[in-house]
Amino acid sequence: MASETLFEKIWAKRLVTEETDASPGVLYIDLHLIHEVTSPQAFAVLKKRGLKVRRTDRTFGTLDHSTPTLPPDKNGALPFATKDAETQVKTLIANCEEHGIELAGLGDPRRGIVHVIGPELGLTQPGKTIVCGDSHTSTHGAFGAIAFGIGTTEVGHVLATQCVLQRKPKTMRVMFDGPLQPGVSAKDLALAMVAAVGADGGQGYSVEFAGEAVRGLSMEGRMTLCNMSIEAGARFGLVAPDDKTINWVKDRPYAPKGAAWDKAVAEWETLYTDDDATFDKEVRVDATKIQPMITFGVSPDAALPAEALTPAPKNEVEQHAADYMKFEAGRPFADMAVNKVFIGSCTNSRLSDLREAAEIFRGRHVYDGVVALVVPGSEAVRKAAEAEGLHDVFTNAGAQWREPGCSMCIAMNGDKGEPGDLVVSTSNRNFIGRQGQGVRTVLASPATAAASAIAGHIADPRKFMLEKAS
Amino acid sequence: MSFAPIKSVTSRTVVLEQENIDTDQIIPARFLTTTSQSGLGQSAFYDWRFEEDGTPKGVDLFNSDQRADYRILVAGQNFGCGSSREHAPWALKGFGFDAVISSDIADIFTSNSLKNQFLPVVIDAPSHAYLLDNPGIELTIDLENQIVTTPNGGFQASFKVEPFARQCLLQGVDTLGHLMNQMDDIKAFEAQRGDAA
Ligand code: SF4
Repeated sequence: MASETLFEKIWAKRLVTEETDASPGVLYIDLHLIHEVTSPQAFAVLKKRGLKVRRTDRTFGTLDHSTPTLPPDKNGALPFATKDAETQVKTLIANCEEHGIELAGLGDPRRGIVHVIGPELGLTQPGKTIVCGDSHTSTHGAFGAIAFGIGTTEVGHVLATQCVLQRKPKTMRVMFDGPLQPGVSAKDLALAMVAAVGADGGQGYSVEFAGEAVRGLSMEGRMTLCNMSIEAGARFGLVAPDDKTINWVKDRPYAPKGAAWDKAVAEWETLYTDDDATFDKEVRVDATKIQPMITFGVSPDAALPAEALTPAPKNEVEQHAADYMKFEAGRPFADMAVNKVFIGSCTNSRLSDLREAAEIFRGRHVYDGVVALVVPGSEAVRKAAEAEGLHDVFTNAGAQWREPGCSMCIAMNGDKGEPGDLVVSTSNRNFIGRQGQGVRTVLASPATAAASAIAGHIADPRKFMLEKAS
Repeated sequence: MSFAPIKSVTSRTVVLEQENIDTDQIIPARFLTTTSQSGLGQSAFYDWRFEEDGTPKGVDLFNSDQRADYRILVAGQNFGCGSSREHAPWALKGFGFDAVISSDIADIFTSNSLKNQFLPVVIDAPSHAYLLDNPGIELTIDLENQIVTTPNGGFQASFKVEPFARQCLLQGVDTLGHLMNQMDDIKAFEAQRGDAA
């Protein structure tokens, strides 16, 4: 048998029809996750054509993008940002009811950001094909699944047929040699990866992340890494499953049980890249050299260590970014005063992320005038964090503890920065205006974001960690 | 379902030379709380066109009353990166663009565009540089022959569109029908996995 990569092994098993020169392959989808923003127009097409949702048992919905993160008022009404936001949420609720699709709706203890709850509920499993009308679907690749973002027309295709038309991407491997240094997190690894591959270096590729540093990551850390594949242009990012993966999935609500579990595990154990398989492109990163990272531009690949100096723009694009960000060449990033801090998003809103931030916040206080928001990724994360008292750590430090959702990652629900704000954010995109018109976004890890909230300027979290230890 | 076949687009160009124009620039997220796909044209490049208080920025190309003559966008490398929102091609079409030309266009944006009769055209770097340097020239994007030309033929660049999507555009048919026609195979696949619907 020919040697295959992990991606190719999964792909081959899910192909209904092989691609030809004339047409793409038909790829079967094991799990379709839907949310309120990218689904309404797809349901409308179904209605127009008189079609049904073919596999409601393979479809699961949640509400996350447009939902408020402030609690309901005394009459129980949620403070939606706009009437449209509320209509959008109600539309998904109605569509799920009409078609009999399971929905983690308002008040449901399973509700949360789509890429947080899929794994949490055990819907996400190794070897599956998973799609969602959302580019960060690559997050689920952390389990050794083929998971990718699709557009709304394709959401309609999957609802109607459980398949997408797709050509096989090229393959790339990013190998991280050596372990991460203490105080360096998965987010730093992810930002270093995007910087190494480039904002469009992964275009057309499925990327497998491998090497000692990736093996060493927790499942949460692997999700953070795979989440940001798309920031390097790659729709697919994946990590081969191992014992950590299997233990993480075990006993979750939608995980296989009994004999089905044993059968699934036996299959998952075959999911790895064969030793002599080849990739179309290989990138190597020395993981031992990675430090806490931040972004200083308006594209996620403009990332450097938090302790570095602002580099001089090398071309017009970089000059444009520098003008917008108002970072002065030659000055330390640490000179940049911060107005807001956002800890949350499908990149960094899981329990381990909140713990990482809480370690920095504990016993300290947010710098005068800095607004810090901590938004858990799901109801389950919120509950677990509150059980550990993390919410008290945040509020005692002067940060706000919110209800789960996408929040300031995309600023659709009313949570946003003001023009000119410098926001240190644990999300994944620093695009102009992403967190509000005129807002300047600096991407960083939960620890770096917390450290910056306390220092009032961009800060390397390691000195706070050291202070603690001494 | 069908739409008017697209064989070519002839128009003048609007140049946005910035690289990495992401879908948050094309249509800011706060306009995504819609349940419709029409009416998004007015939100296209909103933050480039309007100040924070809503006054127009007076960028010529966007506020020109000759907009209808400028239906081809020429943009810097890595156009359409970022989110998978199909609202991006909907907004561009709604605003009056029929095509974008760049040296590199993001995957999901490309796929979304082709499903909405909006042409993503990737050409070689030197040809791209020429178009960036010559805003407003008239071009024909010939989908049948996959070539971009000026009226006198002085400029020519070839491009490739995924063959299936190209056929769909040329014939004016959409892709869902094609998938529905394969339902027997899809059912057989499910049955073979012991997972019939
Ligand atoms: S948290 Fe941000 S990136 Fe993730 S799904 Fe929500 S909006 Fe998208």
